[in-house]
This record gives sequence, C-alpha cells and structure tokens, in this order.
Amino acid sequence: MKPSPRKFGTADRGLLPEGRITGPMPWVLAIMMFLTVLAAAAGLGLGTAARSLDADVGNSITIQIVEANPDFRNAQARIVISELQKIPGVTSVRRLGEEEMARLLEPWLGEGGLEADLPVPALIDADLTAEAYSNLQIIRDAVAAVAPSARVDDNAQWLAPLAKLIAALRWLAAGLVILMVGATAATVVLAARASLDTHRGTIEVLHLMGATDVQVARLFQRRIALDALFGGAVGLVTAAAVLLVIGNRVGALGSELLGSAGLPLTSWLLLGALPVGGVFLAMLVARITILRALGRLL
Amino acid sequence: MGLRYGTGAETLSDLTFSLQEGGFYFLTGASGAGKTSLLKLLYLAQRPSRGLIKLFGEDIVTMPRKRLPGFRRRIGVVFQDFRLVRHLSAFDNVALPLRVAGVEDKDLETPVREMLNWVGLGHRSSARPATLSGGEQQRVAIARAVIARPELLLADEPTGNVDPEMAKRLLHLFDSLNKLGTTVVVATHDVHLIARIGRSEMLRLDRGQISDPTGALRNPPRAPIA
Repeated sequence: MKPSPRKFGTADRGLLPEGRITGPMPWVLAIMMFLTVLAAAAGLGLGTAARSLDADVGNSITIQIVEANPDFRNAQARIVISELQKIPGVTSVRRLGEEEMARLLEPWLGEGGLEADLPVPALIDADLTAEAYSNLQIIRDAVAAVAPSARVDDNAQWLAPLAKLIAALRWLAAGLVILMVGATAATVVLAARASLDTHRGTIEVLHLMGATDVQVARLFQRRIALDALFGGAVGLVTAAAVLLVIGNRVGALGSELLGSAGLPLTSWLLLGALPVGGVFLAMLVARITILRALGRLL
Repeated sequence: MGLRYGTGAETLSDLTFSLQEGGFYFLTGASGAGKTSLLKLLYLAQRPSRGLIKLFGEDIVTMPRKRLPGFRRRIGVVFQDFRLVRHLSAFDNVALPLRVAGVEDKDLETPVREMLNWVGLGHRSSARPATLSGGEQQRVAIARAVIARPELLLADEPTGNVDPEMAKRLLHLFDSLNKLGTTVVVATHDVHLIARIGRSEMLRLDRGQISDPTGALRNPPRAPIA
C-alpha cells in the first residue's frame, strides 16, 4: 500500500513524550471536572426539585374554613366540597382527615396536641386543570357564596418565592457550568501553547521532514485527550463520591423539599457524559490552538 | 535572490545559480559566509527576502504553505547541530522521515536496521541521543537524512565530528546515493572531502555572495533542480 503522509501510525505516540499524571495538566483538568460535575449536579437536582414542587402544588388550591363551631364547620366543608365538584376543571377535591391534620400540626402543637376541643380550620385540597387554575376567581366566588368565612389559598403563590429561588439557583448552576467549560478551554489553550513551546525543537524537525500541520496537531490532540480523559475520570469519580455523601446526609435530614432534589438515573448518565464532552472539548481546543500556532511557522 | 534577517544587512546577496539534477556539489566558504543560510533556503526552513527560487521545477517562494510538506519530504537534511529528537532512540530518530511519510511500522524495521548497520550503529539502535557521542549523533543524523532516499540531500558539515575513516564511509554513502540519482549538496570546510568525489562541483560563498571556482555555474545544466 502506498504510504500516506496523512497520519502517523499507532506506534508514534512517543514522538511527543507523554506527560500524563506527572504534569499539572491532568490534575488541573480533574479539579475543573470535579467542580463542573458538582455545579451540573446542583442544577440537575434543583431541576428535579422544581419539577417535584410543581407536581405537588402546581394547579392546586387549599380552602380553609375557619369556623369555631365544629358542626357548622363540617357542614360548610361538605357544601364547599359539593360546590367544587360541580365546577368544570376541578379534577379532584379532598378534605384532609384528622390524622393528616394532626401530622401537619404536630411540629407546633406536639404529639397529641390536636385535641377535640381545639378549634382548627377544615382544610380542603383541590386539584384544577390549567384552564380552571387560570380562572381562579370563579372558584373563589363559588366558595364565597356558600362559605363566606372560607379562604382560598393558591399553593403555587405561597411557594412562588421558593420556586423563584430554585430557578435563580438553577441559572447560577448553569452559569457556573458554562464558566467552568470556558475555564477548561482556556486551560487547554495555555497547556497546548506551553506544550508547543516545550516541543518546538521536535516540531521543527517534524516539519522539516515534511510533516503536515494536521499530523503534528494530532500528536498534541492525542496527548491532551489522554490528559483530559484522566482528569475527567478523576474529577467525575471524586464528585460522584461527594454527591453520594451529600445525598446520604440530606436523606438523613428527612426534609421533603431537600429530598426531592435527588438525581434520577438520567441525571447521573448526563453527569457521566461530562468527562466525555470534556475530552472532545479539549481535543477540539487543542487542535485549533496548535493549528493556529503552526500556521505562523513556515 | 537575497536573504536578510530582520533589518540587518543581507546575509545572502544577489545569488544566482542552478544545481543539476543528479549533481554532487560542495558548498564551501569561511564561517559566516552564508552556507547554512543558503541550505536553509534549500530545505525550505526560510523564504528569501527577495528573488526567486525554483525547486523541482516549481517556484517555492510564492508556493502556498500547505504545499511545502510535500516538497520537504523529497529533501533529506543533515543539520550542523544534528537536531536529533532527544527523547527518541537512534532507531526512532532514523525512522522519523518514514513515519512522517506514513510508512507502516512493520515496513520500518528492515530499512532502519540496515541503515543503522551501514553507519556502524546497529548495536546502538535503542540508545537515546544524550548517550551517544558527537560522532555517533552525526551518523544517526545522516542515516535519518538518507533513509527515505531523498531526491535532494543537503548536508551541513556532515563529517565535522567523525574520524577520517568514518568520514570516508559517509562520503561513500553520499556518493552511492548520488549515483542512484540523488542530488547532493555538502557544505564543508574540509577540502580533502572535495577531492574524494572527482565529478563534484564546488560552490564557494564569500560574504553572502557566490563565486564559481569550478565553472559549474558558467555552464548552466540542462535539467536544473534548483
């Protein structure tokens, strides 16, 4: 077969000495990947939490019937439930039972604090279609007509500040990931330039023997890809370990909100793909940097 | 053509000459006369500041950069400072031009071993340049320059660090290549070398200008290579 000057053979990895592990580059990339994975995990976890919050409270209302007389309160609750069930777009209506009320009030009243003579409002949860939710005034009017003392609480409105905070934190996490990608690219540019300077003599010799820019760039790409692969793997494994420990701690807290910020399998797969993306990014940046630098030589 | 580095005076000035395809040329001149600069122009490490250079029938001064590698692969160079790749063994240094040309590893072994044996370094094929003497390094550099059977061989003081016997062997190698059709240009101070190749022509550089002691340049060849 006629020799092709297009690429070096597999045995030519030694044309540039491999500086893996011993040099700073793989470790810097490992730190970058560690931080990127953490930021991405935070973003993905917050996304899960936001979705969970939306599923729990989105398009749902709670009606409080504040009435000291229990008979009157129960009667009003029955009427309100009956009225709500007649309204189109109300998909489910449910009055919270005594046990559920006791559990909700336990943090304030203590165990067994909900005694029969303590007046507590009747709570009715209702799930609505998006259309019905957008016309909430119809429901308010209907409820006010049969139970003037009742109060209609829009759950999403209560949790709007929290939802906004979660959204802001997600944007922050996305911004951090973008910054880390930029910083990784900048690191690769600096490393490629430094490597080019270190191996300038070898490159000149290769050039004078007829090596093309692409041939030389491939040598650097391979070297930087190996560094990025090592750094990416170390960063990912370390970050995954940290995330598992944090997940464990959060689980122990028993907080529903924090617990909802877990990472499903798809998120873990996405995080696992980050080092692969890092390798491709490093190779691309190295190639562009090296080709531009070589283009300045004769 | 002329060559000027930066804003200084011209290192090479008003050179006009032709090299015949298959010719054997010695390039002589005092230190600083411009021999290495002229070789640099010929092995495409430098473009002239002015003028025209035609190599293998093509103008290499205005040639697009991306076409230069193809021309460089037709040229073998023995650098004055050897320019061996210090982290590669003697074997890998000699194999470099073949690898650049895309020769498969399985096809490298025999020619590289033969070449190393020819220059008397078969037993040192795995040695790194730092562990080789100056003479040994020079022989590796020469083996590397000729391994790919170049059409034009340029050697800058190729026998400067070897003993007279080895110098004779190396010159014989150049002579053999020349007889196979390679055009050879040897820059040297050694007048004894010149006498060994009877059919050779001598180009003498004097303060960046060429003189023509053998008359080769007064009778331009029919098939100029450069």
